[in-house]
Amino acid sequence: MRSSAFFILSMLVLAAAPFIADNYVVRLCTFLCMYAALALSWNFIGGYAGYPSFATAGFFGLGAYAGALTQNLGFWLPLPWLFATVVVALFAAGLGFAILRMKGHYFAIGSISIVEILRLLASSWAQLTGGGDGLNVRILPGGPDYAGRVFLYSMMAVMIAAFITMLCVDRSRLGFGLRCIKQNEDAADMIGIDVTSYKTAAFTLSAMYCGTIGAIYASWVAYIDPSDAFSILLTLKVPVMTLLGGPGTVYGPILGAWVFVLLEEMIWAKFLEYNRAILGAVIVLLIFALPGGLLRMQWRRKWPSSVFGLPGLNRLKESR
Amino acid sequence: MQTTLQIAANGLMLGALYACIAVGFSLVWGVLNVINMLHGSFIVLGGYMAFFAWRDLGVHPLVSLAVIAGLLFLLGWGLQYGIINRVVMQPVLTTLTLTFGLDMIVYNFMTLAFTATPRRIVLDLGNIEFLGVVMPVDRIVAMVLALALTGLLFAVLRSSKLGRAIVAVRMDRDAAALMGIRVDRIYAITFGIGALMAGACGSLLAVVYPVTSSMTGLFLGKAFVVCVIGGLGSVPGALIGGLSLGFIESAAGHWLGPQDAMTIGFVLMILLLMTKPTGLLGKQGYE
Repeated sequence: MRSSAFFILSMLVLAAAPFIADNYVVRLCTFLCMYAALALSWNFIGGYAGYPSFATAGFFGLGAYAGALTQNLGFWLPLPWLFATVVVALFAAGLGFAILRMKGHYFAIGSISIVEILRLLASSWAQLTGGGDGLNVRILPGGPDYAGRVFLYSMMAVMIAAFITMLCVDRSRLGFGLRCIKQNEDAADMIGIDVTSYKTAAFTLSAMYCGTIGAIYASWVAYIDPSDAFSILLTLKVPVMTLLGGPGTVYGPILGAWVFVLLEEMIWAKFLEYNRAILGAVIVLLIFALPGGLLRMQWRRKWPSSVFGLPGLNRLKESR
Repeated sequence: MQTTLQIAANGLMLGALYACIAVGFSLVWGVLNVINMLHGSFIVLGGYMAFFAWRDLGVHPLVSLAVIAGLLFLLGWGLQYGIINRVVMQPVLTTLTLTFGLDMIVYNFMTLAFTATPRRIVLDLGNIEFLGVVMPVDRIVAMVLALALTGLLFAVLRSSKLGRAIVAVRMDRDAAALMGIRVDRIYAITFGIGALMAGACGSLLAVVYPVTSSMTGLFLGKAFVVCVIGGLGSVPGALIGGLSLGFIESAAGHWLGPQDAMTIGFVLMILLLMTKPTGLLGKQGYE
């Protein structure tokens, strides 16, 4: 109850941002919505089904290119975004049948490779995508203030849509089935859960909104290139955000994404040279100090012993 | 005919280096069950160290190779013993994310210390022509050394006491622990060996190609592909996988262009993952 009140309040604050703050804050809020939507999407496959998917940037980039290309053909604005959503959803559904048969490490490698293959294709198919030179997207007419609002509210709409989908999934058969799959896939199969369709559904849901966000992002920044759209950093940041907030929870991804983006903006964006190292250190600390995410943190207990204990075989046994 | 021979020769050279790139990665994956995202950075770090030892200190890369390998072993050993061992039993999401985080730290400091300029050691040993196939001597040296290192690792795993312990842990961790093997130490040593192979391979690569820190992802990708093609966690697997990828890329690079050659490698990997995830050799044990 308290968390839903907090959620609604923060949505109102975000919605009010263009009226009370300058363009920098509006931009930051747009990023908050964007990353929250991506983290929510990842939660379907990574948080509920427990599959370590690192394909987020692949879907994001595919959506960005699909949206940008249709927008450059001259379609009226929300259409390219919808088109990108459909393209990415279909792509993920097809791909899901292929790669969801892998488990664990193989799935992780397979999903990273999807990003890599799409990036290579985008850079080598130069007639369509502009190759390494990138692709310019038509700028939304109406001036920066208007465009800022349009993109903030669009990103926010996607985030809320992803959130509502997540609530529905969380309370439905699908969510229950996915949790079963996370705990023990063979057992879930045995008790009659259609594992393949459930996993494919989760994978498609995790891709769909990434595609929309990618397309909106492309229209927003008005220029995309393969290394930006299919960034391996993005593919890792998004799971880290979800892990930070609490994977498999409804509010966790949003909280994680916001904390992450705000930390990045306020702290380590100021240390340009050490930016990557600080992000790395945050990841390492997160793994050790917050294994269940912020939402599952036990506030009473002090630091988990795994952070400062001595390494050794006992530790290996204990953490199993 | 001559073109075919040249392609085969290039493929062999490339393949030997790929095998060397992948063998440490494959060992770590097979024994520790950890996807080591640091591997690419280890390779580039080895290459940079060899370059600066050669340019600033005048040390021949073949001499510095041993020192670099030792230093990277220590780095890998320390990272595993101090950090990764604490979560090594957890699911792949945790270990992969952790090694990626560590990779970002290593990458950042490596780029700050050495800058991202492409560096290459120019030895100028001339060319050898045989049956109309032209091969630069420095490449041949690198190829032979890469194969020798891979063979050495195979011999160590096969016949030394340490190697047998590593193989035992790979086969059954719990049984190995019951037989008195300190699993955490074997893990640390194995990770160290993985880093050692990466560093040695990096200094060989610096003799052949310009090495720069933005290539870490490229090397890591090669390691993925080779591992999946050849099968996980075995030296012959990495060798077969590396040579296959070398020939495929050499041929595809000739007829389709270098960019598509890489795409083909990845597509082949995905197809293999879907149909035969154990790889071409497909054995479970580490022999």
